[in-house]
Amino acid sequence: MSRRREVMLWTAQRATAVVLAVCVVVHLVTIIYAVRGGLTAAEILARTRGSIAWGTFYSVFVIAAAVHGAIGLRTVAAEWLGIRGDVAEVGMSLAGLLLTIVGLRAVAAVVA
Amino acid sequence: MTTASEKPGPAPVPTLRVAVWRGGAEGGRYQAFDVPRLPSQTVLDVVTHIQRHLDPTLSYRFACRVGMCGSCAMMVNGAPRWTCRTHVDNVAADAALELAPLANLPVVKDLVADMGEFFEKWARAQGHFKGAATRAEPFAVVDPATAARREADAGIECIGCGVCYAACDIVAWNRDYLGPAALNRAWTLVNDVRDTAREERLEAVAGDAGCHSCHTLMSCTEHCPKKLSPTRAISGLKRATWSLAIAAVEEA
Amino acid sequence: MKTRGHTAYWAFVVHRVSGVALALFLPAHFWLLGSALQGEAALDAQLRWTEQPLVIAGEWILVMLLSAHLAGGLRLLALELLPWRNWQKTLATLGAAFALIAGLAFALAR
Repeated sequence: MSRRREVMLWTAQRATAVVLAVCVVVHLVTIIYAVRGGLTAAEILARTRGSIAWGTFYSVFVIAAAVHGAIGLRTVAAEWLGIRGDVAEVGMSLAGLLLTIVGLRAVAAVVA
Repeated sequence: MTTASEKPGPAPVPTLRVAVWRGGAEGGRYQAFDVPRLPSQTVLDVVTHIQRHLDPTLSYRFACRVGMCGSCAMMVNGAPRWTCRTHVDNVAADAALELAPLANLPVVKDLVADMGEFFEKWARAQGHFKGAATRAEPFAVVDPATAARREADAGIECIGCGVCYAACDIVAWNRDYLGPAALNRAWTLVNDVRDTAREERLEAVAGDAGCHSCHTLMSCTEHCPKKLSPTRAISGLKRATWSLAIAAVEEA
Repeated sequence: MKTRGHTAYWAFVVHRVSGVALALFLPAHFWLLGSALQGEAALDAQLRWTEQPLVIAGEWILVMLLSAHLAGGLRLLALELLPWRNWQKTLATLGAAFALIAGLAFALAR
């Protein structure tokens, strides 16, 4: 992997970190608010069903988390497991893809 | 008049149990020595006593003995330190010392580490000045009060002792990582207004082998005997290499 | 090795461990939510499962991990993007405090 691409990955991780910082604060506040008095599917879905706002928010959240997490796992794999090179790059892409697919599926599940 | 048997003798000198790593590149083991413990004793005094009175085959490094050259750096009870500046009283709480060669470097023999890769990475990080002026031109005027010069001055006292390199976990986990000292030096040059190699240097220090692998553990800053902060320098390099990041995005 | 006791080192460990834990938790989180595709009752069934004490304790730990990772991340962004400040230990402590407050708020709400 070229140095430029490595810098690009690092930058992408910091950029998604900024996006996630906003998303996580919103998510934490939502969780703490929603969890009072127990959590039911009805409550969740009443908030998210048909909501373009929530749909957009969670989609952005999912994609940012997938990119951020995949790049992070790549670093941990390299430093703590010694996994580098093509195997690591493919692994990172697969992790990102998996998180994106399962995540967007979840968004569709609660918004559609 | 007191007889010889009644005269109080000198108090017995307390002993220090010292475990010293012995061996070479193929491996080794710790060997125990008992060393008399004296007031104001430094770890260098201890190692020197072992080599002069107990085992002349022990190999170790020192030069100035007064905390100026950094040659005596080694692992003392698991932490990289200058032995000439480490008082035994400060590190041997239970009268035991463990000495080993500087971590993260190949071993030559016993307490002597091979500093080759340390300086080779220094060169790889473009840690050398490149100017454009000739002797025909007047002296460069650099105001010491400018922000850039203050950043450079904060890091130029580095004497290349290798303590930060030995303390850094990333160096241990990533064989290509240039390390705190090399990156710190690069940062001082990035801030030198007379230097002409800024672009090459920023390229050299970017990426997984460079500043972008620093996770701000700050072990370098904690252990530097000259109280420098390579973490600070590396953070500066991360900001300075933004231009490379933007170029990479444009290329992609 | 005795090079690891200082504050910044612990900040790193917490940040990395929480990050890995969250990355491993996310697929399960997404999968559970995805059960809503089978309708409200399916999601409700999953939510009932999460009412067990062990799961509730696990959720609390996850909220702590998320808050800790957020706080650590903000600290890193400050260290890397803003001009250097010498009070990083304060940043790390503030981060830890935030994580605890968020965890407490969650525990009380639950």
